[in-house]
Amino acid sequence: MSMTLLYVQTLNGLQLGVLLFLIAAGLTLVFGVMDFINLAHGVQYMIGAYLAAMFTAMTGNFFLGLALALPSALAFGLLLEFLIFRHLYDRDHLDQVLATFGIILFLNQAVKVVWGAAPLSVPIPDALSGSIRLMDGLLYPVYRLAIIGSGLAIAVLLGILVSRTRIGMLVRAGASNAPMVSALGVDIGKLFMVVFGFGAMLAGFAGAMVAPILSVEPGMGDNLLILTFVVIVIGGIGSVRGAFIAAILVGLVDTLGRVFGPMLLRALMDPSAASQAGRALAPMLTYILMAAILFFRPAGLFPAKK
Amino acid sequence: MMMPPESGPGFLKREAVPVLVFVLLALVPVAATFGAESYLLSLVTRVMIFAIAALSLDLILGYGALVSFGHAAFLGLGGYAVGILSAHGQTDALVQLPLALAVSALFALITGALSLRTKGVYFIMITLAFGQMAFFLAVSLAAYGGDDGMTLPGRSRLFGLDLIKNDRAFYFAVLALLLASYLLCRSIVVSRFGRVIRGARENPQRMAAIGFPLFRYQLAGYVIAGTLCGLAGFLLANQAEFVSPAYMTWQRSGELIVMVVLGGLGTLHGAIIGAAAFLLLEEWLSGFTEHWKMIFGPFLVLVVLFARGGLMGAIRRIGGGGHG
Repeated sequence: MSMTLLYVQTLNGLQLGVLLFLIAAGLTLVFGVMDFINLAHGVQYMIGAYLAAMFTAMTGNFFLGLALALPSALAFGLLLEFLIFRHLYDRDHLDQVLATFGIILFLNQAVKVVWGAAPLSVPIPDALSGSIRLMDGLLYPVYRLAIIGSGLAIAVLLGILVSRTRIGMLVRAGASNAPMVSALGVDIGKLFMVVFGFGAMLAGFAGAMVAPILSVEPGMGDNLLILTFVVIVIGGIGSVRGAFIAAILVGLVDTLGRVFGPMLLRALMDPSAASQAGRALAPMLTYILMAAILFFRPAGLFPAKK
Repeated sequence: MMMPPESGPGFLKREAVPVLVFVLLALVPVAATFGAESYLLSLVTRVMIFAIAALSLDLILGYGALVSFGHAAFLGLGGYAVGILSAHGQTDALVQLPLALAVSALFALITGALSLRTKGVYFIMITLAFGQMAFFLAVSLAAYGGDDGMTLPGRSRLFGLDLIKNDRAFYFAVLALLLASYLLCRSIVVSRFGRVIRGARENPQRMAAIGFPLFRYQLAGYVIAGTLCGLAGFLLANQAEFVSPAYMTWQRSGELIVMVVLGGLGTLHGAIIGAAAFLLLEEWLSGFTEHWKMIFGPFLVLVVLFARGGLMGAIRRIGGGGHG
């Protein structure tokens, strides 16, 4: 059983990592370019999931729902940017933390008012339902493979966008020295708006993609947000490459740690103590990893600012 | 900024706000006898407990500019010290309280030593991560209720006596501890130690150049703040007679920051007023609608955008400027 279990859990970890990357990519750029700490990025993920659920129910087709949810998530992100975030760029981190905390309180409650407190569920689209046999005794749901595939595809596209295009060059320059980019005549406000909107859409995409396999509920973005912060801090703020590597790392450590941590401990101590210690340690593993990395590299693995 | 307390004709004018706050708090039990006694007492007791927690956060956040986003962990540590000892039959505060404080101080020492190596956003994130670690640890304690938390057999006893079983007695005990915490924080802030911490907020390079080992000063401040918040956790467990991982969610840490900023950073009595404003506003708004967060969230955004300096700043502006 153990090899099959290892493969399945590795794929699960990869799937979590890909999701984390989709959310972290926008957040790390917003962080890097504008030195802006946005706690409300997790609710963008939640809004994406709710929009996908709503449009899927309206059109009866998941792909159509997804196609409608993405521009809506983008528009919603731009609206927030216009109403609130724009006025917070030159404030200190504390003000940003507070204001975005207020937005979380509002939106977590607002989705309850709009869509009800009960979790929504979205059916898995027929084209992607069922499982596929990857090897002997290893069945894996097609839909989860689709999440991994689409996430990796977006990671590649984003990598090209950031490293090969003019706007990507400006974003990278902004992450390493924003005042200089601004002094060279680039409208940094507009650049940030683009980055912010794009980040909101990516987070919304992540939410829409998990809507069929998780329950869509208020506050669903909150805990993922914290993991996303761990990711961007490990990866180095402002670095898309760092965010990708850290996201996969965190996804694997979190998933494999929960499954194999207690097993490994059982080899070392008696079973009941092992399962107790394993339950305690596994969820903490990611945070221990982060503390260890920050201890040796206080600015993360690939800091954008030198 | 805070001035050292001294007597003289200017004393009452200068200290009007903190004196008024404590006089009002002392009068609450009298007012409570006119009706809804247990409701009013338990509400204001809760306010005072959170005021101690906010006070401790103000010490590092307001005076040291250390944005700790995991401060609620200490509430949980203090609370679980009570809960776990009670579950094993040890209900005396003389054992529970020192342990609650010691555990909080130790946790602050370890996490502070790691966190203070980083700065700015990284500090916010790493304190957040340590807060989450404490949260998940509590969730995993299946023997002590896990996710659901645990109910205490009763309030802590003192010398084997039920001294704080009575709500009114407990109220005055908490009030006395709040006053003591407030005076302790004030004396810390005006001490040489406090001046170094404040200097590090204004210009860390210069302070280091003068020759102060800032890391040690900030770590000491972090440990003091954590220990004091552990006291609040001890009291909170006693007030609710219940502890659960919900004590230390990151949202709770966020709420503590909100209280401090709402009252006005770096004023100490502002933290007390902020805690009161937050909890009373929550109580009042949730009386109208279960969706009170839809009002409170935008209120918070508006406070950040338009009311700099929090409630104490507003009081100062109305009072005609100058030092508060």
